[in-house]
Amino acid sequence: MCARADQPTSGTRDRFRSLAEGELPRLYALARYLIGENEAEDVVQDCLLRAYRGYAGLEDESSGPAWLSRILVNCFRDRLRARARQPDLVELDDADEFSLYRKIADEDPFPYSDSVHLDFLAQFGREDVRAVLAGLPEHYRLPLVLVYMVGYHVKEVAFMLDVPFGTMLARLHRGRKLFERRLWDYAETHGLLREEARA
Amino acid sequence: MITCAEAVRQLWAYLDGVVDEPDREKVEEHLAFCRRCCGELEFAEELRALLARPVAEELPADVHARLTATLDDVEARWAET
Repeated sequence: MCARADQPTSGTRDRFRSLAEGELPRLYALARYLIGENEAEDVVQDCLLRAYRGYAGLEDESSGPAWLSRILVNCFRDRLRARARQPDLVELDDADEFSLYRKIADEDPFPYSDSVHLDFLAQFGREDVRAVLAGLPEHYRLPLVLVYMVGYHVKEVAFMLDVPFGTMLARLHRGRKLFERRLWDYAETHGLLREEARA
Repeated sequence: MITCAEAVRQLWAYLDGVVDEPDREKVEEHLAFCRRCCGELEFAEELRALLARPVAEELPADVHARLTATLDDVEARWAET
């Protein structure tokens, strides 16, 4: 018996499997940044199931990784909607004015350093950055992750999250400011500002 | 000429390439003479690099096993269609 034209062939299944399996570590890492450790695996599973259903519509195999990222982001957003959570309200008024650059210059945490700003940033490992990002409200974390970590253009992210471009610019601005302030707070509370903390 | 506060406020958007042409020119005009804002610009670039640093992509063995099982399930469903 002949296979129906719309029936997936074993070749299609193999290609999907190869694409998805190769992307698992990256998808999981991205999910951890977006939603945190506890639910990352669930979001990746949602993503795999949705991707399987839509794989026939993927015309360009080379865009498979970006396509999977987009599905993952949509799964994450659906999860947020299901929770009916409102964006976290944070004390942004002063965060909006915060400048990490000035704060480092004023506090001068490493008095013997010739490049105090760079030395400050050098204290942060990947897990530190992840922890700081994880503490940001979703409202701001998502644009920061998608634009600066994944590499989407701001306009793409505005489209993806279904918000006007100007709103996305404002969220990015506030998210960056909040990120800067939380970096400083994290450095203070985790002992990264001591001279001896510098390797 | 824009002030330092105005220039700094636009630095990230400037680096993101999302400021309008007239504003971009104003930022560049300011940066051409303001050393402190150049320092802010360099720092903003380093902060972006910190965010863009490739994520650690270690997949814990137990998570890998469960996600692979999901893919097995997907394949099985596919085979049934």
